[in-house]
Amino acid sequence: MSEVAVSSLESAAGTAVAGGRSGRLSLVARVGMVVLVALVPLALGTIDTEGQDFWLQAGVFAFAAMIAALGLTLLVGGAGQLSLAHSFFVAIGAYAYTYLASATRGTGTTIASSIQGGFGLPTPVAMVGAVLIAGLAGLLFSPISSRLRGIYLGVASLGLVFVGLHIAFNAQKVSGGFNGRDVPDFNLLGFAFDSSPLSVLGVNFTRNSKLWYLGLASVVLAYVYYVNVLEGRPGRALRCLRDSEVAASVLGVNVVRYKAYAFTLSSMYAGLGGVILALAYHHIVPDTFGLGLTVSFLAMIVIGGLGSPGGALVGALFVTALPLLLAKYSDSLPFLAPTGSGGVTAAVAAQFIYGAAVILLLVFEPGGVAALARRVPRLASRLRRPPHPSTQKEAA
Amino acid sequence: MKDFVQFVFNGLSLGSIYALLALGFVVIFKATEVVNFAHGSILALGAYAISRLSFNSHVEFYLAVLLGVAIAGLLAFIIERGLVRTMAGRSVIAVSIMTIGVDLIVRTETTRRIGVDVLTLGDPWRDGIVHVAGLTVPTARVWAIATALVILAAFFAWFKFSSFGVAMRASAEDSETASLMGIRMGRISAVAWVLAGALAAVAGVFLTAFPSAGLDASTGDVALRAFPAAILGGLDSTGGAVVGGLMIGVAEVLTAGYQSNLTFLGRGFDQVMPYVVMVAVLLVRPTGLFGTREATRV
Repeated sequence: MSEVAVSSLESAAGTAVAGGRSGRLSLVARVGMVVLVALVPLALGTIDTEGQDFWLQAGVFAFAAMIAALGLTLLVGGAGQLSLAHSFFVAIGAYAYTYLASATRGTGTTIASSIQGGFGLPTPVAMVGAVLIAGLAGLLFSPISSRLRGIYLGVASLGLVFVGLHIAFNAQKVSGGFNGRDVPDFNLLGFAFDSSPLSVLGVNFTRNSKLWYLGLASVVLAYVYYVNVLEGRPGRALRCLRDSEVAASVLGVNVVRYKAYAFTLSSMYAGLGGVILALAYHHIVPDTFGLGLTVSFLAMIVIGGLGSPGGALVGALFVTALPLLLAKYSDSLPFLAPTGSGGVTAAVAAQFIYGAAVILLLVFEPGGVAALARRVPRLASRLRRPPHPSTQKEAA
Repeated sequence: MKDFVQFVFNGLSLGSIYALLALGFVVIFKATEVVNFAHGSILALGAYAISRLSFNSHVEFYLAVLLGVAIAGLLAFIIERGLVRTMAGRSVIAVSIMTIGVDLIVRTETTRRIGVDVLTLGDPWRDGIVHVAGLTVPTARVWAIATALVILAAFFAWFKFSSFGVAMRASAEDSETASLMGIRMGRISAVAWVLAGALAAVAGVFLTAFPSAGLDASTGDVALRAFPAAILGGLDSTGGAVVGGLMIGVAEVLTAGYQSNLTFLGRGFDQVMPYVVMVAVLLVRPTGLFGTREATRV
């Protein structure tokens, strides 16, 4: 666990951030993409009224994952702190929102829901509260995170996942225990993101199409904030911290404070992701937030390229959508067995594929999808003119 | 008091199994500075192979164990040669994350094969119980302690006295100098991985034997509880792995045993206890009890 080992948390991650400018899409292209994504529910609603909800729901799940993945890539790729606790902070966001927004006494008809408490706060307040509580949890972790480094930190943070699951199973008043509890619908200034009928431009808007916009807006906000943080003074401090804690402290970066800052900010991202995830599920159970979720977040940012915000978005989309797509088309995919048959089902195949993607990318292209994307223009320019020694070196 | 002695003894027997797993983590870490997140799936695969051979194909149990251990060692060897080696010179954290990918694939496959079944190992101990000095101990756990003792003694003797052990320690101390002295780092790393894989399979045998119900889809997760054992002993300390394993084992069994007095912690707190102990130790000693403290040179 030498200084060098921690610092070189993939030199490619450095290029992903530092050299990201050249590979990044222009502002116009990015705004265009957001507009296109915003039009999807309308387009889907006109083309395929029956099957639209599958796509919309997949989208909302992907948005939730994107926000949380941005937080993790900030921490692991940006600040060089390995964390396996991300699903814990996502769970905090999800449960905090649910608890803050639920009615004081259970309104449900079942016995289980009558013992569940809540604060009955307006949902936007609950959302902000959930993000803050998740951030506070990240801050409270800082006595540990500031002492530990590298792998020790990774495994210690893994402990949080199990502690979190334990709490979620036992704190029935908050979490509903094993059976979980319902998540109150989001309601912004009288506009309810629920399943009440709504028609926009002749298109029937479902609950998921409304959540689509909430998710998209949150992703845009999270992305813009990420880019601004990383390009500003804190971002430079975090990158310095990643490359060498000693060098950072010599340069006047307060190592303890910036580690705490990175964990807090990353957990706030996780918290917001958790709120959207809870809304997408509509009913949350503790098992959702286990080790598997942590591993899939790690897979997202590795696939996308550590430290690259765009990569985190692509990775999150890939990891979230893959099992859903495979499941939807399992009938027409010859190599997939039907669910429950014990063969290679869609869920199993998805695990294989993204496990393999993590391995292959780390072995062959540590910069992930972000680096692959940067290669395309470079390849194109190499085809136009004879290879230059410097570009070859860079490619290696 | 009688309960307490019984719990401690049970804890030590469970802890000796954890020690085998933790030693695997440490050996790999010393040789390659990588933390092997695929340990649990190697364990599960080994135990699965043993169960299929012994219970379904009626191979003699001890032969099946040998084969299962060999299969687990082979898997570890393949991971080392095929993947860890190709990533030589890269950040150890990247390599460690890569092993999470390996774990995902191997675990998914063993889980798929096991399904919802609970597989029996076909071991000769079955649910036998031995009474020793007023303690009631499952036969399998007696074997676990005995086997762990033999393996650990053999390992430490080998590590201390054989030239290979010296080479391994030298490479852990300073891999660059060691390789300049003519120590073949590739071989060291391969042996470390195979050894860790084999240890995981042996631990797998005792984790699935009585008093456990058998091999199910979550057996591999136990390796995750050996993680704290390795960490709290110090990731680069072989002796620490053993101490850590025993501590975690005792802490877990005591928490489970006195559960009725600890209701405020919630049900099943024993599953979380290893992590709580680990975090408590790490807060005081950030590199574990016996881990090498980092010295920073500027």
